[in-house]
Amino acid sequence: MTPILEAKGLSAAYGERPVLFGIDFTVPEGGIVAVLGANGAGKTTTLRAITGQLRTWGSLVYAGTPLIGKSTAEIVRLGIAMVPEGRGTFTDFTVEENLLLGAYTRRDKDGIRRDIERMYEYFPVLGRRRDQRAGSMSGGEQQMLAIARALMSRPRLLLLDEPSLGLAPLIVQEIFQILETINREEKVSMLLVEQDAVRALRLAGYAYLLETGRVALHGPAEQLRASEDVRRAYLGY
Amino acid sequence: MTDFIQLVLAGAADGAIYGLLALALVLIYRSTHIVNFGQGEMAMFATYLSWSLLDAGVPFWGAFFAAIVIAFFIGIIIHRVLIHPLEGSPELTIVIVTLGIYLFFNSIALWIYSGVPKVYPIPAGVPRQSWEVGGVFIVPYHVTIFAILFGLMMLLFAFFRFTKVGLAMRAAAAQPLSSTLVGISVPMMMMLGWGIAAAAGATAGMLSAPIVVLEPNFMATILIFSFASAVLGGLDSPVGAVLGGFIVGEVSALGGRYIEFIGNDLQIVLAFALIVLVLLFRPAGLLGRPQVVRV
Repeated sequence: MTPILEAKGLSAAYGERPVLFGIDFTVPEGGIVAVLGANGAGKTTTLRAITGQLRTWGSLVYAGTPLIGKSTAEIVRLGIAMVPEGRGTFTDFTVEENLLLGAYTRRDKDGIRRDIERMYEYFPVLGRRRDQRAGSMSGGEQQMLAIARALMSRPRLLLLDEPSLGLAPLIVQEIFQILETINREEKVSMLLVEQDAVRALRLAGYAYLLETGRVALHGPAEQLRASEDVRRAYLGY
Repeated sequence: MTDFIQLVLAGAADGAIYGLLALALVLIYRSTHIVNFGQGEMAMFATYLSWSLLDAGVPFWGAFFAAIVIAFFIGIIIHRVLIHPLEGSPELTIVIVTLGIYLFFNSIALWIYSGVPKVYPIPAGVPRQSWEVGGVFIVPYHVTIFAILFGLMMLLFAFFRFTKVGLAMRAAAAQPLSSTLVGISVPMMMMLGWGIAAAAGATAGMLSAPIVVLEPNFMATILIFSFASAVLGGLDSPVGAVLGGFIVGEVSALGGRYIEFIGNDLQIVLAFALIVLVLLFRPAGLLGRPQVVRV
């Protein structure tokens, strides 16, 4: 299958300090790929590198278009959406305004309206709170809003940074189920950064394990789940 | 009693102008987080441009709206050339640059128009004769000022509330990083903010010129009263700025009359006293949002 995103020798630096050292990875069209690793391994950095928030070099190609050197706004317009860690919802704005902002790059008014209603079907709680300020909602609701807002741009690739962070297990389960549905029904490819390796390996088809800015291990999710090393270091059983 | 009402009306007219320039300060503060010390002089220069147009025979409202449009583009150019390249610099650096903007427009106005005061007319069609209502004189020009302030506020409110660009501008000011992630160009929104602020400032300048007199320093005093208004209302609240303008207008009008030693000369000290009191007891201002800083 043709990849939607392919990195070869991707490196990145915060100012003068290099943090990614030539990593290779591929996200297949329509697939879900997980990036695992300890704190500081470079997971979030990888997502920031893809969205042009850091100085990057190497090769990074999205659907035939090289991304290196492009601005964040340009990359978003190409069809990549990111759900940042800590959600990054517009806290002073209503749920509906958040969704409208998510559709900022689109011009089709009717389509936007339809998509907002569709998001309310995926996430009924958002529909009930459409006029409520995002900042006044619970962590799980804000995470749902962040995902819905990202989907409003009709992305072909969704980047998710720790969607389970700080949420109760039941909520996390609900969110991961919705992600699976969205991947299946909307054909959105996903690159998922996660601390919760058990859950991530259940959702993803393929996974990369990062250690201090390098790929330590990669393979099909079920294979990593079965690997002794991964189990001991990251799965905790 | 009629004397008191008369003073309140005059204070409100001044207050409307302070509020308008304060609104310009707030629009820039919200997006750039700096106070633009050059705001008054930009308004002064736009007022001179409208005077030149009037002098060349352009009808009043034509010159008025042309100057607003020119001011909008001057604001955009200033952001593009002076402020945008400094993105990421310490706020103090940018504040110093706005002092440079102050000096630039002040000098250039002095150079082009000399320091000799010019008479600036009240708008065509506004009666010069006051209306008497129960012993109180209502100045038609003051009513014009209120009408323009009200119209402009409604326009801005509708723009920020109901248009896509307005929503994006509010988002860019509140959460720049999240805005970038939905594809909003934050520098573009800031640039628009500078344009709108310059246009609002120009309106304040042209409305106050007939009351005071047009000379290169005529906006300096008004700027200080507007600072007081913006600080009082809350530097991040547009509604607060206008409310603050009215309060400052009334405090200086009534204070100047009823507090004996203040008179006309010390009114500006009242404005400063107000700034100090607000900063001491309610730093976020009346309608501003207290800043929460994590340490």
